[in-house]
Amino acid sequence: MSLYSKTAVELIGLLNKKEISSRDIVSSVFQRIEQVDTKINAFIYTDKENALKKADEIDKKRVNAEPLGLLGGVPVVLKSNLCCFTWPVSCASKILKGYNCAYTATSVEKLLREDAVPIGYANMDEFAMGSSCENSAFGVTRNPWNTDCIPGGSSGGSAAAVAADETILALGSDTGGSIRQPASLCGVVGLKPTYGRVSRFGLVAYASSLDQIGTLTKTVADNALLLKVISGHDCSDSTSIDRKVPDYPAYLNNSIKGLKIGIPKEYFVDGMDNEVEESVKKSIKTFEGQGAVPVEISLPHTDYAVACYYIIATAEASANLARFDGIRYGARSPQAENLIDLYEKTKSDGFGQEVKRRILLGTYVLSSGYYEAYYKKAQKVRTLIKNDFDTVFKKVDCILTPTSPTPAFKIGEKTNDPLKMYLSDIFTISLNLAGLPGISIPGGFTQSGLPIGMQLAGRPFEEEVILNAAYSFEKNTLFHTTKPTLS
Amino acid sequence: MEFEPVIGLEVHVQLKTKSKLFCSCATEFGAAPNSQVCPVCLGHPGVLPVLNKQALDYAVLCGLALNCSISKFSKFDRKNYFYPDLPKNYQVSQFDKPICGKGKITFLINGNEKTIGITRAHLEEDAGKLVHSETGAESGVDFNRTGIPLLEIVSEPDLRTPEEAYMYLHMIKNIIEYLGVSDCNMEEGSLRCDANVSIRPKGQEKFGTKVEIKNMNSFRNVQKALAYELERQEDEILGGGIIVQETRLWDADKNQTFSMRTKEEAHDYRYFPEPDLVPVKLDENYIKSLENQLPELPFDRMNRFTKEYTLTGYDAQVLTSSREIADYYEECANLTDDYKAVSNWVQSELLREINEKKISIKESKVTPSKLTDMLKLIQKGVISGKIAKIVFHEIMRSGKDAEQIVKEKGLVQISNPDELKNIVEKVIKDNKKIVDDYKGGKEKSFMFLVGQVMKATQGKANPQLVTKMLKEAIG
Amino acid sequence: MSFTEKDVDYVANLSRISLSDEEKKNFTVQLEQILKYVEKLNRLNTDNIEPTAHILPVSNVFRDDVAKICPTTRFAVEQSALLVDGLFGVPRVI
Repeated sequence: MSLYSKTAVELIGLLNKKEISSRDIVSSVFQRIEQVDTKINAFIYTDKENALKKADEIDKKRVNAEPLGLLGGVPVVLKSNLCCFTWPVSCASKILKGYNCAYTATSVEKLLREDAVPIGYANMDEFAMGSSCENSAFGVTRNPWNTDCIPGGSSGGSAAAVAADETILALGSDTGGSIRQPASLCGVVGLKPTYGRVSRFGLVAYASSLDQIGTLTKTVADNALLLKVISGHDCSDSTSIDRKVPDYPAYLNNSIKGLKIGIPKEYFVDGMDNEVEESVKKSIKTFEGQGAVPVEISLPHTDYAVACYYIIATAEASANLARFDGIRYGARSPQAENLIDLYEKTKSDGFGQEVKRRILLGTYVLSSGYYEAYYKKAQKVRTLIKNDFDTVFKKVDCILTPTSPTPAFKIGEKTNDPLKMYLSDIFTISLNLAGLPGISIPGGFTQSGLPIGMQLAGRPFEEEVILNAAYSFEKNTLFHTTKPTLS
Repeated sequence: MEFEPVIGLEVHVQLKTKSKLFCSCATEFGAAPNSQVCPVCLGHPGVLPVLNKQALDYAVLCGLALNCSISKFSKFDRKNYFYPDLPKNYQVSQFDKPICGKGKITFLINGNEKTIGITRAHLEEDAGKLVHSETGAESGVDFNRTGIPLLEIVSEPDLRTPEEAYMYLHMIKNIIEYLGVSDCNMEEGSLRCDANVSIRPKGQEKFGTKVEIKNMNSFRNVQKALAYELERQEDEILGGGIIVQETRLWDADKNQTFSMRTKEEAHDYRYFPEPDLVPVKLDENYIKSLENQLPELPFDRMNRFTKEYTLTGYDAQVLTSSREIADYYEECANLTDDYKAVSNWVQSELLREINEKKISIKESKVTPSKLTDMLKLIQKGVISGKIAKIVFHEIMRSGKDAEQIVKEKGLVQISNPDELKNIVEKVIKDNKKIVDDYKGGKEKSFMFLVGQVMKATQGKANPQLVTKMLKEAIG
Repeated sequence: MSFTEKDVDYVANLSRISLSDEEKKNFTVQLEQILKYVEKLNRLNTDNIEPTAHILPVSNVFRDDVAKICPTTRFAVEQSALLVDGLFGVPRVI
């Protein structure tokens, strides 16, 4: 088996036994990228030269028996909205053309400190706005399981790269499901941590009160390891929480006997794909088989989450994206005659349709006369949604739902119907609104061979609980061992 | 028809922190363009703000000094608008929960106390500076100033005359200087002021349409701009026109306000809570601890000066107009009982000298002890008041003691009648006609004779003694 | 509340985005549809509900007032497409 198809935990084992070098892994991964990425288009940017250099440095350290970080020599791809000094962070937008990061994100610093090897930037929906990876100035990313289908989004490039073995680990960001939904559609493990668990410093903001950086990996064990590395308090992010980071990998083998798993009845309503529904039911049985106890619960405000989200997220985005004006960095319209012209031309040329749509919507809900009716109202509904979770988490330890109402859909299927597209995040959005951790794990396949994902949500700062449950499920289902053929 | 002006002022004060409000860049004035910037204050993608604790402390200190209520809960908001000096194209400011709520300040105007309400004072980040070249097709932006903490102090529309506005500004500056939290230098832009002006028929309660005036770069200009604008509005209304709600710019060269008509100027700032900053919660203990740091403030000090040193309101006001002057005065007052004399000397000679030399009172070589030592020489009759002026300037120049100067220059007052006798007699002899005039009832003529004696002694003669001797001699 | 092309114009101007006629037409229809959808929030009574701006109850996060030299100032400034004598160039503002 090629090195690129292995997990981080496996590779670290081999590295420690000195059977392979970090250069071997990085070379193998780049060989894979060169082989398959023309089909997938998961990458926007790669930095092979520096990756190999970094791998050599780590190998040298290992030879010299110097202390090595937790990810000593393992490749990782970054979503294109994470800053890495001198890299061309683009957010898959034309508007950042020519911009090279002037600093490094805290999460990326942490990766570097633990000797991970960043290999490049993954494709995404422009500024993390989208659920299909179709809104990219760098072309659509294709689903490795069926290249006619979308990989999900917005971290579609990260998810597809992991699924296609073009990387070992990946970072993404999740504002309304942008890690979990593509993880689900690509059959990988994707975790969005509790809001405040991972520093957002260096994550190009979409909706600041909802954004969170998270992990996409081939297995739950890899996910636990990667999460451990990037978590923790950061003085540069006022919203990051000063709280001890648990040793996530150490929790994985705990028994889930007696674990109360809430099944929200509101999530099993019309619009859900039959095969997805079947999968969830099977998953519940699997958990029961391991001693967990399913409990029917109610999250009465579920139906309002999407509406609430699209008001809050777009409002914040309208301010967050105002800075892209071509003056200090990025693309600048050359034909501007005056200042207003410069703003308008730069933005109109630089932003794609979905980004424009959301900026306009966000501007509208904040504008004079509408603030109370839309924005304030949505903030109040956010409180109700959070209260729902507070209530059920008194009764259950975690919540099981499908990650996405449907498996991967065809490229172009929903591009003309934004609202329909927005509804594909219906199961993931609530967790962002409530700030809760959630993980998507492979939960089966459709008849046509597309992955189906299960989502486990946990209490704030209890990532170890959902990781443990996910690990137990993974061990007993082995869905993760099936790989796309990429023919 | 008689009109009543309604004026409110918005004063922006740069707080003198070492680093910016939300990042660690330095705040020094006059650095090379864009040298005190970083990804955070340049608004690069992905950056986040973290609040400078010192700026918060300073803001609360100002609020306390302005008698504001201090909010137990306050938060930051984004104010959205596009301008090239604003890197993020929104300004982090405070909308509905400012750190300081309602307050008031009191000052003297023409000897009467006037109290003006403060609506609020809030923290926000400063914008960059636009530089316009005379010829180029471009303007340039320097972001060094971006992110320096500003306290915006908003007054109630309580001001009724341009002069009141002028005095209000002075008092604000005075108070904040007392706290030592800002340079309050209008030329360097560490204090800036915008005004809202309207007029209404006397007796009417409803406010007229207000006009905002910007670009006034001195207190005098504020006064002038307000006077101009009030007249303009009155003319407009009396001429049958209406006042348009707008922003006008003061042109100090032309002494006029001009409409800043930009149709793009959309006043829809879409404030919303800044998600990247968490709320600020202040408890009693914290507020108390800052209260304890408050120095005695100008108005209180002025009142104490009038009582403790039996000064007039006017004198006390001048002497407390800056903390340095007041400290200086009090140091003198500890060394002498002649409070009135110190007051006169500080206000006339000393302030004139330091203003001319453009130095601070602390830099003056006339220290409180040197000044009071000199005053003691006057009291003792060693020198006259007139000679003292010579001595004063010599101290100012060389920093020597008064006594030493008097000795070196032979400036001791002549109080011995024997030494003056001949001179007095000579003056009477040489000025027969004047003496006659005096005898005929022309009182003024006598002063001339005194003057002649003083002149003959280079001012050293004891004036009281000269008067006495002249009267005796003329009979 | 109906959403019209005039509203699109208003928000496009506020957000400094100029739109083609086609974009204007599409966005009017799409935003109207989305706004109609989000009106479902009005079914909820939220009279006594506090709005949530921050999901975690954190307050008072400060930094000390220490000035630091940023190692990447130059690199950051040089990202601009138009620098004139160390200043960021913009079309003449009067």
